[in-house]
Amino acid sequence: MSDATLRAEPAPGDTVWVEQVSWFDRIPRSVAMALLAVAFIAIWHLVSNFGIVSPIILPTPAETLRHLIFVGENLLTGGYMLGSLMITLQELVISFALAIFIGFTLGVLVGETAFGERAVMPYLVALDTMPKVAFAPIFIAWLGFGIESKVALATFIATFPIVVGTAAGLHAADENARMAFKTMGATRWQTLVKMKLPMGLPQFFTGLKIAAVGVMAGVITGEFLGGGKGFGELIRVASTNLDTARVFALILYLSLLGLATFGLVVWLERKLVFWQRSSVRTAG
Amino acid sequence: MSAARLEALAPSGQRGRPVYELRGVSKTYARRNIQALGSVDLTLTEGSFSSVIGASGCGKSTLLKIMAGLVPPSAGRVMLAGSPVTGPRRDIGMMFQQATLFPWKTALENVVLPIEIRDGKAAARAKQGEARALLELVGLKGFETVYPGELSGGMAQRAAICRMLITEPAVLLLDEPFSALDELTRDYMNMELQRICMARNATAFLVTHSISEAVILSDTVYVMSPRPGRFVEAVEVDLPRPRTLEMITTPRFGALVDRIRSHLDKGSFL
Ligand SMILES: Nc1ncnc2c1ncn2[C@@H]1O[C@H](COP(=O)(O)OP(=O)(O)OP(=O)(O)O)[C@@H](O)[C@H]1O
Ligand SMILES: [Mg+2]
Repeated sequence: MSDATLRAEPAPGDTVWVEQVSWFDRIPRSVAMALLAVAFIAIWHLVSNFGIVSPIILPTPAETLRHLIFVGENLLTGGYMLGSLMITLQELVISFALAIFIGFTLGVLVGETAFGERAVMPYLVALDTMPKVAFAPIFIAWLGFGIESKVALATFIATFPIVVGTAAGLHAADENARMAFKTMGATRWQTLVKMKLPMGLPQFFTGLKIAAVGVMAGVITGEFLGGGKGFGELIRVASTNLDTARVFALILYLSLLGLATFGLVVWLERKLVFWQRSSVRTAG
Repeated sequence: MSAARLEALAPSGQRGRPVYELRGVSKTYARRNIQALGSVDLTLTEGSFSSVIGASGCGKSTLLKIMAGLVPPSAGRVMLAGSPVTGPRRDIGMMFQQATLFPWKTALENVVLPIEIRDGKAAARAKQGEARALLELVGLKGFETVYPGELSGGMAQRAAICRMLITEPAVLLLDEPFSALDELTRDYMNMELQRICMARNATAFLVTHSISEAVILSDTVYVMSPRPGRFVEAVEVDLPRPRTLEMITTPRFGALVDRIRSHLDKGSFL
């Protein structure tokens, strides 16, 4: 082959056809995100500063930032808000742990046994279709205004996606994988632990991610309705005082907590389901 | 065709004692009452290589699953090395169309998996040296710590062969093991398979859709009728061993292929 044919540069007069990508689609991800944020804040600034809406409904970005700094300082210096955050965090951790334990156990029962699938699953489906937040007054009546009622509601909400994820995961193994394990003389327990559970990890984590979002919603809803000393109570009080900027600031910190929980689950998934990134599993 | 005549056609007695014996084995799947397998009689002698060929859905996989102890027969008797097959056994190695390596285990861990399941983790570790040697044998040296996601289809299938061989099974049951591979890789794998079987004096039973594959590998090719499957002919292949790919061009090979094809045509399918 001659040197000329290897050159990438087209000779003058050659017809060149290349894929056209508009400048708009070529903006890098980080720049695109920053652009959108700036635009959002600019519009927010305009709308809130020129008397279009009242500050009770929409505080200015500057006012929100002031509160953001105030709350941040309070949290960093170990003020009363840190105490509230710790209570909410405690509720979150306990609820998530309980939901994982109960959800996983029920999920294995439903996914692995005929009894679970026939007898337990229909009830779980029925319960899952109910608006679970509506159970909050019952939990408060049963467990009082402490963290127990919040934990109960958050656990209740977060358990279902984990049950469904676990059970679906146990059904993920295909006929080939089952047969392969059978030929190796695997017991039912070995098949469950060494094959079905690892095979079902992706589905389990899908459930876990939904639960991570649900558990946060459950805890805060519990605090709104059941009082106590958590972060949700701070929001409720600020809201009652029509201090909307404070509400915004508190919600932002709460979002960070939610993001951290979700991020932890995603990190764990990357660690445990490392093989998912390459999708080739079998020959053919 | 009577069972007695089929027995006469099979080259029993030439190669040694019978290892597999099937008498009147049939299968009707209870669900939807499908008779998948008619009455099958079969004797495999030690160190022999046999193939079964037949239309899609005629019950070949069913027969193999029964032989492997994965599915119970509706009627009949399956004996292996003097004892009845009533479930999965250590002396049976089985390979499916799909390699089914487990993606969270490295190639080496996949190969020793049958040992881990039967004898525990310590025994599996003790077998790692042997597993390395097997991987080297099939040309996978250097891929021991690679995960299946990074192996090609042919490589995964070779690792699956190692996994089948690690327990040193006396018989190999192969259900279209290489049908997912391209023709070149497939030819190569078939020659490997022959070499391994001869070196180990293993008894092999292969399900295939390829007439030439059946002829190049087998001592006997069983032709199965459409569902419910039954052996209609046992064609003895008298090509010398070891077989080479060049034999495909010989007149004798062509004659055998034609003979099997004529039996398949009579069954009116393909
Ligand atoms: N688990 C099962 N339940 C009910 N029917 C089955 C089952 N497995 C197979 N069959 C039926 O038994 C018949 C034979 O199936 P089998 O898989 O043994 O065919 P095969 O010869 O291996 O076909 P192929 O060449 O396509 O792999 C088919 O008609 C199929 O529908
Ligand atoms: Mg089949």
